This record gives sequence, C-alpha cells and structure tokens, in this order.
Amino acid sequence: MKDDKNIHNEAEIRSQDFLAFEPGPSEQRDAILKLEDISKIYGELHALDHVNLTVREGEWIAIMGPSGSGKTTLMNIIASMDSPSEGRVLLDGRDISKEDAKALTEIRRDKIGLVFQQFHLVNYLNCIENVMLAQYYHSMPDEKEAMEALEAVGLGDRAHHLPAQLSGGEQQRACIARAIINHPRILLADEPTGNLDEKNEVIVMDIFRKLHAAGSTIIVVTHDPEVGFEAERMITLDHGRIVSDQKQEQQRVSDVLAAKRAEIGVEN
Amino acid sequence: MRDQAELKQKSARVGGQHGRGRHRLSMYLKMLSASLLRRKSRMLVALLAVAVGSTILSGLLTIYYDIPRQLEHEFRSYGANLIILPKDASQGLDLDLPEKLAETIEKSSVVGIAPYAYRNVRVNELPYRVAATKLEEAHKNSPYWLIKGEFPDAKGEVLIGNDLARNIGLKAGDEIIIGRVDKKASNKQSSDNKSAGSDGVANIADKLVERSYRVSGVVVTGGAEDSLIFMDFDDLKRLDSEYDGRYNVIECSIVGDAASIEAIANRLKSTDPSLNPRPAKRLTASQDVVLDKLKSLIWLVTFIVLILTMISVSTTMMAVVTERRKEIALKKALGATNQSVVLEFLGEGLMLGLLGGALGCVLGYFFARRVSEEVFARAIVFHPILIPLTLILASAITVLACLHPVRKTIEVKPALVLKGE
Repeated sequence: MKDDKNIHNEAEIRSQDFLAFEPGPSEQRDAILKLEDISKIYGELHALDHVNLTVREGEWIAIMGPSGSGKTTLMNIIASMDSPSEGRVLLDGRDISKEDAKALTEIRRDKIGLVFQQFHLVNYLNCIENVMLAQYYHSMPDEKEAMEALEAVGLGDRAHHLPAQLSGGEQQRACIARAIINHPRILLADEPTGNLDEKNEVIVMDIFRKLHAAGSTIIVVTHDPEVGFEAERMITLDHGRIVSDQKQEQQRVSDVLAAKRAEIGVEN
Repeated sequence: MRDQAELKQKSARVGGQHGRGRHRLSMYLKMLSASLLRRKSRMLVALLAVAVGSTILSGLLTIYYDIPRQLEHEFRSYGANLIILPKDASQGLDLDLPEKLAETIEKSSVVGIAPYAYRNVRVNELPYRVAATKLEEAHKNSPYWLIKGEFPDAKGEVLIGNDLARNIGLKAGDEIIIGRVDKKASNKQSSDNKSAGSDGVANIADKLVERSYRVSGVVVTGGAEDSLIFMDFDDLKRLDSEYDGRYNVIECSIVGDAASIEAIANRLKSTDPSLNPRPAKRLTASQDVVLDKLKSLIWLVTFIVLILTMISVSTTMMAVVTERRKEIALKKALGATNQSVVLEFLGEGLMLGLLGGALGCVLGYFFARRVSEEVFARAIVFHPILIPLTLILASAITVLACLHPVRKTIEVKPALVLKGE
C-alpha cells in the first residue's frame, strides 16, 4: 500500500486542483438548502418533528445525535431519497418537498454527492469505472476527469483495481471520488469513517477538510464526536428535533486533527 | 462548484449528442461485460440454463428441418410411390418413357424408375408370371427385398419368388426351365391343321418355347413378388420373340411428400394424356401422417424446453436481482432512473441470450447429429438459417424471462436499502 504521508500530501495538492473555488465568509454566502418546518411521520412516530435548518454554500455541517434521533431520515430528505410528510425543502431555491420520484432522482443526480459508511462500490467495476458510473448517470463518462478525481483522493495508482483489492480506507476514498466527480452542490456523507481504522479516518477527514477548504458544502451525519468536531457547525438531533446548532471553534478542530495525526505519525 | 457542475453539464451537451451517445454506449457495454465476466459463478448458472435450452432448441429445430428428408429416404425403402400405367392397357407404355420421366422429374429426387413387362409362362407345367424389368432399378425401388443368393449380374440369370422356389424345389444356383407358348408358331400350326381337315386341337398343340435360366437368387418379400420370376428384358426377348419392347407398368420411387408426388403425377398426366400416373397413396399418405406426428412431437418438446428454460433463467435472474439490491439502490442513489437500471439488466439478459444461443448453435448441431445417427442411421444436414433463428429465439426467450425479475428492480428504494448499520 502507498505510504500514508505521501497519499496525504498528494491528495492535498490534487484536491486543490480538482475543486478550485474561492469561498467567502459563510454568513455572506447564499443558502443552498433550507428546511422549513419539516416533519416526517410514520404512523404515530415523528421521525422528524418540525425541523428548521439553513445550509449555506461552502459550509461544513455535522449532524449528530443518538440512534433513533432522526439523523438518517434527515439525511434521506436532504439527499432527495425521501420526502417530508410536512414542511418545505428548498434546494437552490427550488421546493423539492412535493416532487415525484423521477424529479427527485434528477435532483439527486445533479446536486448531491453521496458518501456511505459501507462505501457501496459496485464490486464488478474497478475503481475508475465506479467513478465513471456517477458520470454515466449524470452526463457523460470521461475517463480523464475520473482519473483526476481519483488522484485528488490519492488513488491514482489504484484506479484499475477492483473494490475487493482495496483496503477499507481506499474504498472510502474511491467513494468520495465518485461523490465529487459531478461537482455536486452538497456532499452528503453518512458515517464516512464508521468502518475505518484511525489511520484511514484521518486520511478521509483530511480529504473532507481539503474539499471544504476548496469550497465544497459538506454535510456529515455521524455518531462520532471527533468527526463532528471537524465540522465548522454541529447540529444535534434528539427525538426528531434539533436540540442544538453550534458553530465550532476552528482551533479545537485543528487540535483534534493534530492529535490524531500525531498518533498515527502523519505530519501536519 | 456550482459553476463547474453547470459547465460540465453544458459541455456534455455542447459535446454533441453523437459523442455523448458513443461514450455512454461504451460505458454501458463496459458495465454489461464487466458484470458478466467478473461475476462468473452466478452468470455461469444463467448462461448454462440458456445454453442448455438453446442446445435442445437448436438441435430439435435442426431435426425438425431435416426430418422430412430423413423420412423420405426412410419411406423410399418401402417401395415405389408413383405407378405409371397406360390409359389403354392394350397399348402399353413406350420404350423410351423411363428416360423421358427421368428428364421430367428432378434428377436428385429420383431414387429409381423401373419399367415392367409381365408375361405368362410355364414352369414344370404350372403357370407363373415373368416380370421383366431393369433389375438394378427394381432393386433401387425395393431395397426391402431379401435375396437368398445373389442378385443377377449376367445374361441368363433370373430371380425367382420364394413361393415358386418352394413349390418347385429350387434354390440359388439351380437351373430353371421356363416355357412360353409361341403364339406365332401355334397359330401357324393351327391354320395348317385346319387346312388339313383336322378338328383343330390347338391348345394341346400349342408350341411351347422353353429356355433355360440360372437362378441367381430367391426373392423373399412376403408379397406378390414371392410368386414372380424376375428377369432382364433381353432374357424376356429370348423367351418371347413377339415382345415389342413396350411396358405394362413403370414403378417410380421419388423423394417427396404426398403433395409433390401428386404434383408430379398431374404434370405427367397433362404432358402425356395416354398415361395414367397413380401415386401410391398407401405410402405417400402414411409418410405425411408420420411426418406430421413427428413434427408435432418436436414442437411440443421444443415448447416444453423453452418454458423450462424461461423458468430457469427467470429464477436465476430473480436471485441475481435480489443479490444485487444494494447495487441497484446505489445506482438509483447516484441518479440512475428506473429505465436505466431496467435497460442494464435487460442488456445483461440479451448478452446472456446471445452467448447461450451461440453455444446452443454449436452444441445443438452435435446433439441433432447424434440423434440422427442413432434414429435414422444417417448424417444430418446443417441448415445455416438455424444460426440466426437460434440466436434470435434464445435472446428473445432470455429477455422475456428477465422481464419479471427486472421489474422488481423498480421496487428497490435506495433510502431503505442503503441505510447505514
């Protein structure tokens, strides 16, 4: 396997090339996503209960909370994989809460990049083909661009390996490359480090940090407080309601990351 | 980010439908081939089901197309199927008629044309009939004849029927004296007697011309042939000086079904009204009945095999779809429409059908060849049309069998299948 330090540096350089963007202060940026008083009700159960949330362009948000708090339901609604029972979801100013399945598929294809806890790579396609799969459904497969995305996450030399030949960390990086290939409006990650060891967790979080620095809007759903601390804004759900919405201190983010890096021997 | 995404979509559009379509098609084919080649074990089961079905399908179709030919040859072993008689029995049939017939009927379908001239003769004072014929042609028409001894191959040799041989006590290699009343000599003697004032005992005084022949073999058929004496026309001329070379009947053995034999008969009738051609209905009709029954049986077996293949492919594809629910959900999460996913699975089905069909074409031929050798003891003729026919049928059946399982992909909800653990 490639040296982690090299991967880290390589990813840093290439991700900046791949996602060139100049973000301004988050408060001045446009709202990409607005959830207005949304609820999701299953019979008697209120999985989401009158949730209001605004996500601005370039923000990195962590959604946290215990099991059953409504994180997955909220993620599915943001990912256009589900619709709320009540309320409005405005994505880029367009109300998508009443859209049918076909329209939601198009929205998901054009505006959302998904990163999964279990990676969900297609096992019979190699790394680059998995990335091109997202291009295929979006517009047009472009091998050169797919390779750039893989290089951006430090997987250029593993492009023609099948998922079974990759480590967990590498699979997750391939999953991130696939998520960013179509330049989505929102990068949505569900427990992105849930199946990774510490070393790979740091590598993956570094990629997120760089993507954020390059201007990507990132929403991470996680149980892990350390992953949550990496975000600039942490939202906590409980019983389907937002119980806290806090801005993170940047210094603390760096501290956590620095500690981890020191632990696994990756230079800052 | 937004600008880049929009730029990408725009450039894809500006890139032209043709280029975009080519790239998409290339990726589509890459996905299909990767799915088939890299998921060997599951796909091998489906491929095997299609290949087995296609093999039987192709084999049975080969037999189906070849069976008329096989049966026609089989039925030619049972004797002539077209009998040509003169309209006026006293006139007989022309000497050159067999040659004319050979020109009228397609050469490749003629098995044998045997003209016959019958004469009453006496052997050991008992009346018998001689059937003068072209012995080689007669043998071609009647391969079922069992000959004890040898087939005549020289002048002065005859075949005698089994009954006659038993009655007189002859066997192959013996000599037979055949007598024939010489009417010319008898008439002359009769007129001499009349002029001499005799009371004219013409019958007693009939002049009997006797000739000796060698019995080369004894014919056993269980039919009318068992009481006949078969000889060549030259030998008949030796016995009957009055023989004018005309025939009483011509027996033809022609490859063809009842309709084609009937058509030949009608054609002959219209070309020469003095002829009375009669298809041997007993043979031609039986041939058609057997052929129809065999064809129906083949259709039935083919239909059952196709149904079993469809069930097998459908079950395998159902398992494949269930197994790949996460993949389907992922593709939908990435933006694949139901239509795209359905097209991918149908594409896999089509590729399986084509591959299985191709295998079936090759294996089916060997299957048909084996069946033909075992049942008819003849080689099969390969019909090239069966290649596209098998490929089309195998693909259509596989795609049809995939429809139900593939419809299940529409029900896959990405949010439910992909949720974290």
